Amino acid sequence: MNDYINDLIRENLRVDERDMLQYRNIKISTGVVKNASGSAMVEIGNTKVVAGVKFDIGEPFSDAPDKGVLITNAEFVPFAAPEFEPGPPDQYAVELARVVDRGIRESEAVDLSKLCIVPGEKVMMMFVDIYVLNNAGNLTDAASLAVIAAMKTARMPKVENGELLQNEVGEPLPVVRTPISVTVYKINGKLLIDANDREEQASSASLTVILDEDGIIHGMQKRGSGYITEQEFSDILEIVKNKYDELKSIVDKVVDDGAHEV
Amino acid sequence: MSYEKRFDGRSFDEFRPVEIKVGVIPRADGSAMFKIGKTVAIAGVKGPRELHPAHRRDPEKAVLNVYYDMVSFSTPDRVRPGPDRRDTELSKVIREALEPALLLDKFPYAGIDLFVYILQANAGTRCAAISAASLALAHAGIPMRDLVSAVACGKVGDKIVVDLTKEEEDYEEGATDVPIAIMPRTRKITLLQMDGSMTPEEAKEIVRKGIKACEKIAELQREALKSVFEGGNNE
Repeated sequence: MNDYINDLIRENLRVDERDMLQYRNIKISTGVVKNASGSAMVEIGNTKVVAGVKFDIGEPFSDAPDKGVLITNAEFVPFAAPEFEPGPPDQYAVELARVVDRGIRESEAVDLSKLCIVPGEKVMMMFVDIYVLNNAGNLTDAASLAVIAAMKTARMPKVENGELLQNEVGEPLPVVRTPISVTVYKINGKLLIDANDREEQASSASLTVILDEDGIIHGMQKRGSGYITEQEFSDILEIVKNKYDELKSIVDKVVDDGAHEV
Repeated sequence: MSYEKRFDGRSFDEFRPVEIKVGVIPRADGSAMFKIGKTVAIAGVKGPRELHPAHRRDPEKAVLNVYYDMVSFSTPDRVRPGPDRRDTELSKVIREALEPALLLDKFPYAGIDLFVYILQANAGTRCAAISAASLALAHAGIPMRDLVSAVACGKVGDKIVVDLTKEEEDYEEGATDVPIAIMPRTRKITLLQMDGSMTPEEAKEIVRKGIKACEKIAELQREALKSVFEGGNNE
């Protein structure tokens, strides 16, 4: 299979007949889980990821006494791929959660000061949980889209006497930036985006770049047992700039249209 | 306000003093200590050896297992012994930084276990770990295409700097960390991460400077490796 993919890529062709810099069909549905404060299901081709946002009350970190706490986790559901097994998050799941987390945190996408209840004592804890339901490649971009769509449509629970009323919808979550990741894969020396599961197997390396709407980079992560060259790095930065705009307009449209059912 | 002068007086392209010792753990198959400023990493290799559990064996190549951990007293606040989520991620990215340099297909079905402990932490720990690890693997006699050399670069305030200290990472007007590793002979990038904020132009400049600094680290690594073998002290 890898030889077949490599041969195609050499001619700038792909197994599913896409262009090298073309995403599969992207479908985003928000508000898919009513008990979540915010949620979104993202499908990129056959890849399927659901993300949910929930709030709880906790103590702030001592170095940020007036800010809410962000906690990001990813679960690879065992039926999502033959290689996924039950158990605590493995290296790949931990890495995915941490890369997505970095994008939200470093871009200051959420105004965490609005999550403070009593400075130094009581703040809202914001849990962002990602569940991978079907792994058909490019989980990072799918998870990044699901998380930003879930956050942008999330409403915090009401706070009364320092307690959260989980069943009463309060203010929208103050999302002030739009970090989105674009992952560029390298197969047989060529660069392409949105690798499917078979292409991912054939890929030697990838670079995820997280951008915001001003073109500022907030996170990068090279993956895979191969390498990239300095020239490829420059080329990747060009690719991600264009693709960010494409993904951002999809997110904007979904968020503006309001909630969608699955 | 801009960051005009580095806290420790170095120039912006200069890394901290490096000290390297190869073969520091006699009972490991290969080992090395890599010290950069106040950050100290020690790497030990066991293998190639039989891989367990058997279902993880690969008929085409050896499996590299990497365990990165920080000693509980390596930081101002004690860290709980054993790997946390950061260590789990770093074990993976360190493995992927080293694999491109290793000829793992020489040892089908085998396992190579690499353990890296941070004895003392003052920023740049994953890069020190990688620089130590590639020496330990070479010392263990694992066939390699090249060494792997790493250094953390980034931005402190508005300045692009090589090899940030902890103090610089905590700079109050903001700092961005970009760990980079390369195979020095071909300048191929095998580790690249970033968290913070920067423009694509800054990112390119950081990578360019990072590659240069890594090439200098590589010279020091080669010297240290040679001195062990030339000195006849390579048990």
